[in-house]
Amino acid sequence: MPYSHKLHAGNLGIDCRYCHTGVEQSAQAGVPAAEICMNCHARVRSQSPLLAKVRESYQSGRPVPWVRIHRLPDYVHFNHQAHVLAGVSCAACHGRVDQMAEVRQVAPLSMAWCLDCHRDPAPYLRPPELVTRLDWQPERDPREIGSELMAARGIRPPLQCSGCHR
Amino acid sequence: MATVFSSPESALVLGRPSLAEVTRTVAGIVERRTPRAWWVAFALTGSLTLVLLAMLGYLVSTGIGVWGNNSPVGWAFDITNFVFWIGIGHAGTLISAILYLFRQRWRTSINRFAEAMTLFAVACAAIFPMFHVGRPWRAYWLFPAPNAWLGLWPNFRSPLIWDVFAVSTYGTVSLLFWYVGLIPDLATLRDRAQSRARQVIYGVLSLGWRGSARHWNHYEMAYLLLAGLSTPLVLSVHSIVSFDFAVSLLPGWHTTIFPPYFVAGAIFSGFAMVVTLMVVARQAFGLQHLVTMKHLENMNKVMLATGLIVGYAYGVEFFIAWYSGNPYERFAFVNRALGPYGWAYWIMVAANVLAPQCFWFRRVRTSLPAMFLISILVNLGMWFERFVIIVSSLHRDFLPSAWGMFRPTWVDLLTLAGSFGLFLTLFLLFVRFLPLISMSEVKGMMAAREGV
Amino acid sequence: MNGRRYWRSLGQRQDSPEFRQWLEREFPQLASEWTGSRRTLLRLMAASFGLAGLTACRRPAERILPAGRGIEGYVPGRPLYYATIMTLSGLATGLLVETHEGRPTKIEGNPEHPSSRGAATAFAQAAILGLYDPDRSRSVLRQGRRSSWEELAGFLPSHFRAAGRGEGLWVVSSAIGSPTLARLKALLLEKYPRARWIEYEPLGREQEWEGSRLAFGRALQPQLRLDQAEVILSLDADFLGLDCLAPAWIQDFARRRRISSPGGGMNRLYVVETAYSLTGAMADHRRRARPSEIPALAQELARALGLAGELPVLQPGPPRTWAEAVARDLRRHPGRCLVLAGPRQPAAVHALVHWINHALGNVGRTVHYTEPPVQTQAEGLRDLAAEAASGGLRTLVILGGNPVYDAPADLDFSTVMRKAPVSIHLGPEADETAALASWHVPEAHFLESWGDGRALDGTASIQQPLIEPLFGGKTAGELAAWIAGHPRQRAYDLVRDYWTARWPKGDAERLWQRSLHDGVIPETAFPAVRPVLDEPRLRALLAAPLPAGEELEVTFLPSASTYDGRFANNGWLQEAPEPITKLTWDNAALISPATARRLGLEAGDLAALERAGRRIVMPVWIQPGHADGAVSLTLGYGRLRCGRVGRGIGHNAYPLRLGGPSPHPAGLRLSKLGRKYPLAVTQEHHSMEGRPLVREATLDEFRRNPDFTAREGPKVERFSLFREHAYTQGHQWGMAVDLNACIGCNACLLACQAENNIPIVGKEQVRRGREMHWIRLDRYYAGGEDDPQVVWQPVACQQCEMAPCETVCPVAATNHSPEGLNDMTYNRCIGTRYCANNCPYKVRRFNFLDYHKGLEEIHKMAYNPDVTVRMRGVMEKCTYCVQRIEEKRIQAKAEGRRPLRDGEILTACQQTCPAEAIVFGDLNDPESRVSRLKRDPRNYSLLGELNTRPRTSYLAKLRNPNPELEGLESS
Repeated sequence: MPYSHKLHAGNLGIDCRYCHTGVEQSAQAGVPAAEICMNCHARVRSQSPLLAKVRESYQSGRPVPWVRIHRLPDYVHFNHQAHVLAGVSCAACHGRVDQMAEVRQVAPLSMAWCLDCHRDPAPYLRPPELVTRLDWQPERDPREIGSELMAARGIRPPLQCSGCHR
Repeated sequence: MATVFSSPESALVLGRPSLAEVTRTVAGIVERRTPRAWWVAFALTGSLTLVLLAMLGYLVSTGIGVWGNNSPVGWAFDITNFVFWIGIGHAGTLISAILYLFRQRWRTSINRFAEAMTLFAVACAAIFPMFHVGRPWRAYWLFPAPNAWLGLWPNFRSPLIWDVFAVSTYGTVSLLFWYVGLIPDLATLRDRAQSRARQVIYGVLSLGWRGSARHWNHYEMAYLLLAGLSTPLVLSVHSIVSFDFAVSLLPGWHTTIFPPYFVAGAIFSGFAMVVTLMVVARQAFGLQHLVTMKHLENMNKVMLATGLIVGYAYGVEFFIAWYSGNPYERFAFVNRALGPYGWAYWIMVAANVLAPQCFWFRRVRTSLPAMFLISILVNLGMWFERFVIIVSSLHRDFLPSAWGMFRPTWVDLLTLAGSFGLFLTLFLLFVRFLPLISMSEVKGMMAAREGV
Repeated sequence: MNGRRYWRSLGQRQDSPEFRQWLEREFPQLASEWTGSRRTLLRLMAASFGLAGLTACRRPAERILPAGRGIEGYVPGRPLYYATIMTLSGLATGLLVETHEGRPTKIEGNPEHPSSRGAATAFAQAAILGLYDPDRSRSVLRQGRRSSWEELAGFLPSHFRAAGRGEGLWVVSSAIGSPTLARLKALLLEKYPRARWIEYEPLGREQEWEGSRLAFGRALQPQLRLDQAEVILSLDADFLGLDCLAPAWIQDFARRRRISSPGGGMNRLYVVETAYSLTGAMADHRRRARPSEIPALAQELARALGLAGELPVLQPGPPRTWAEAVARDLRRHPGRCLVLAGPRQPAAVHALVHWINHALGNVGRTVHYTEPPVQTQAEGLRDLAAEAASGGLRTLVILGGNPVYDAPADLDFSTVMRKAPVSIHLGPEADETAALASWHVPEAHFLESWGDGRALDGTASIQQPLIEPLFGGKTAGELAAWIAGHPRQRAYDLVRDYWTARWPKGDAERLWQRSLHDGVIPETAFPAVRPVLDEPRLRALLAAPLPAGEELEVTFLPSASTYDGRFANNGWLQEAPEPITKLTWDNAALISPATARRLGLEAGDLAALERAGRRIVMPVWIQPGHADGAVSLTLGYGRLRCGRVGRGIGHNAYPLRLGGPSPHPAGLRLSKLGRKYPLAVTQEHHSMEGRPLVREATLDEFRRNPDFTAREGPKVERFSLFREHAYTQGHQWGMAVDLNACIGCNACLLACQAENNIPIVGKEQVRRGREMHWIRLDRYYAGGEDDPQVVWQPVACQQCEMAPCETVCPVAATNHSPEGLNDMTYNRCIGTRYCANNCPYKVRRFNFLDYHKGLEEIHKMAYNPDVTVRMRGVMEKCTYCVQRIEEKRIQAKAEGRRPLRDGEILTACQQTCPAEAIVFGDLNDPESRVSRLKRDPRNYSLLGELNTRPRTSYLAKLRNPNPELEGLESS
């Protein structure tokens, strides 16, 4: 079923964490239960045929089968909590989702790509409270900001295999 | 220094054939109608090759579990066969390159033959490292190819990586060497060819050889260079193969004597294989006057010498094990000779050390049946040498709690048999379609002697 | 323990509709709970959502299936922990169960529970696999044919309405530790006063209660304080092994073995036994004796202690000298020693032991007495058989258990079943008993049903479910309530009613929640009683003549894998090597080398054993240290009606096991059949070949030269060709294993298997030497083959700093982490096996075949989502549970980037070890427990001379022999 991040996150400016509740507490960001959609859509567009599936799911408790876009192989253990709390923006991996009507994978999610950041995270870091501000533009050299954050918070991304492969 | 024509037993060419006769005899083999015997042999070896393919298919589809390998015996027939075939592959280059540099003219009528054998042996050997891995479809990770997705390189500290380089280099150079040597003869075949097809094929293969003085000049130069190139390889390949074991810390593997010991063993087994095949080939194709008793005798002498080196190595291993005072080392060797795999050890000693001693006697050295039998024994013995080194060292190492036994499965046995099938099939194709004796060199040698 | 944070949500949701709905949705639509990306599980879920076949693809077109409604306080992707109990033979041990997205994945001991104190036994660890056993019975059977709950609901009330006052109604249940079930039993017997209810356990402890009746006039449960005992004598009691009633015993015992400085002391253990047991392996003095000799020894001991009988019982000779020496040692420690007798010993011996402890002033110090938490009446079955024979038996209800398989052979229980017009069997699988029952009712697993139980000391706990019954299934309580026509019939109501009724009104809710959370119900332990000894009767006992011994005596042992047969379908347990023999997937008749020589038998020979007109065939295994002239038969094998795993595995010894008032070893005939039987052992060589692997000394030697470990081992020269790493930054993980504490039980092995998704390979593969266990319990014999000592050495990856495996891997699939871990990267491994060849410890395990292939989907629910499931062709090995390290590290960061605390990260083996023999921690923290142990003079590295610099090291073993007994063992 169609869902536009552009509309919700972009135009309406809903924070990522409103729906992806687990992102700060768990390895998994989590896909929202129909319940969360209904928080608004109980009133907004409550009768729209587009939302039939959601309402149905909310009633029956049967899930809406969303399509998975960002996939990692079995043997890679990625942890959202760790990255978000370290100040890696959602945009770093998922791109400007707030500009995508339909989400697509922008980063290769390859090991070499992961390692680029793990080897030199400074340019990719920002104050953790800003991670969901996808449009945030650093006013100084991002590397400076990153280096300060790393120094202040002792951020040392793992480079050993077991950092991701267990 | 043997003479070209003289007393039959010491001659390198018998019966004073004319140059044309040499051509006729050798090229004739390729041009003659395919004899029925060849078809029979080909059917036999061909089906063995199919068995090999079937076994490898089963292996890849099911897993290494179809072999008898286990913990602690992680390597068994697979690496044994690999080392065995690589060893066989040594005679060719040795004969072609080293004897060439030393101007040993008796090499001329056997070098082509031996080089071909080398190539086929290396081909058989290459199968095993590829297929002994748990996930063959990932075996390409063994090659240092830049990888943008993973950004990973192989581990250059690992002897297995050194193997990859050593073997592939050896294979490439041997192939070039062999092919360059073939060019003049290919041209001869081209010129004698009756059918269009043959003209085209041999034509393309002979790279427009016209036999002009400049051609010969370049050819000799190139051949000399390649000989120079491959000479160190003869020594390096098996030294590096031996590092697979020498660099580990396993008692029975962790030994500095391995490189020379392995090279000697390799030459030993290589020559044995040449003799085995040559004895048959020269009868089959009536080459007695080109491949003379002199050649065979010389090779038997080399076998005797290398056999002695190998025997010495066996002895030294035990001495050092005792002398080192290392309890694990001592146990490993006592267990090798008297442990559950003792039988394999004694087969090895009997075939590799005792059997060749018969070559002290000229009558044995020059008797076809005798040398045929002994050369086969030596090949058997050399296979068991690798089996003993690998399995008997692995099955009982440091912690008795982890000791175990290896029992081959039918897949192990058929895979080994199949590798012989492949080897012989390639060989039959070779003797059928290419001159198995270097005509140009034989003639050159005769000419040099006659001053024609 | 995260449990704290979560219990409320469960507690409050108890009855709420969404909670029910949540539970009901648990399976098969499990994924509806689960919104994250644990891929192995997702495949399973995807399949159960009709996207079948995708399991095969490496990259299925995945769907994310979020819940229709969220569950309050529940974060997808984070494990929850709940406290519950596991009951074995009526005794409860407390557990803490980890669940992922609503599926239990791992069991730990509950630290708050007096009986487990954080440890979990091998059986508890393997219970997870039992829960997901696809062969559990899934539906009600009538006359062995598929029936339905409705049909049963139709039948039961009408049938029992006609039952009148219960004439001819017999109930056979397992031992009842559950207060709720005990109450229901009482209610049922009120309703049907003529009915009889028998509690039966094949491994019941009737002799113990009978013994206490003889001594005190009433059945009592001795409560041991092993931590208070300096000297312990065990008469055939495997109190560290399968006769252990509470893991806490092992902890107490091991604490008195642990010795930090040469100044410290340790206890001394004497063991008299027939077969070699874990307890025997720990003994400082072990005396092997035929079953008939043990009572004699006990009497001799009583005499030597001056209790009664002036004349010696034994002829002059080693046994008598031994008994007298032990007696002197005991007398030297009044009130600080302890004598125990095992369940295989006759009541008289138990009575004697009570007397001895009394005389030595141990009562109230190292042992005190309470009400028994359970009592069984095996002899009651004899009355049942009689009633059946007389035709009086109308209805037979079997609430759990498998009597057709395991009842005393002379009762011939199958005929009893056939004689019963109506027989109702409640059981987890369609077993031998179910086959003969007119009704079979699936029993719910303890992880999926409500209940309660008592620990050995009486402490009660609630058994709370982690998941809705996967195949339906009822509990014994529910069925009993149904039969008794009780108004409330849901297990939850029954349990909750029982307890809240006992609590003050206002407090009930709070206490209930607290009991659920803590896993124990406060103030429920039994008070100690001070019984009076009936000395005259005991004197009479001593006077009574002892039955004469025979040439070949027989004793029956529980199985370390199947217990009494109930775990036969559990692949983890079947493949776990029997600790002493290292046998897997089989049992065998154990005999001593001398007896084998006498009878011309070799290991693996098939032999026919005959007794009381019954004959079984079994392979023989030669057990060094076994008593001569005796055969030990392991029970629990040869199940014929059982799941696919256990069916026909091993040989059934029950047909030779007779009932009767007291166990008697007589009347066995053994004859060789001249055929061989293939047995799969995981260790084929048993001597250390004089290598300094397990380093051992006596306490005195240790006191004289504390650095004996260093002297025993060769000099280590630290030299390396490679650039050396300085492991000085951050955490540096290491482990120390105290060989003096390790008792060789398989708990760590199974904990590791459960934590790390280690596959089962099967008997054939074990025979080929391909078992996959990451931790190996090496067992070596020291001394002559007739009477050797046993030493243990748990060996997992040693995490060498100079790891030989790392340099040889051609694709760099195994590397060193900055924290000193030897990382194994499965997805990079191509499987050359070079690393395994070059590993001197041989701890690397290779997936020779695809051992996870062909598993039922439900089987995969047991997988730990934090650990990759390895495919065929890759190497694997112990990782120090790196997934646990990373989890805690991230947690610490999330909690304000606080430093990790020592003991916060526990490896699976460490967490479950009842002896606390394994300690893991940070070597860079000089105050961590592991660092302190590494400074212990007994600390040494295995094969340290190879300069591999293992991060795991061992603390040498000590024994504390009695100087008086020098040279008496060998006799």
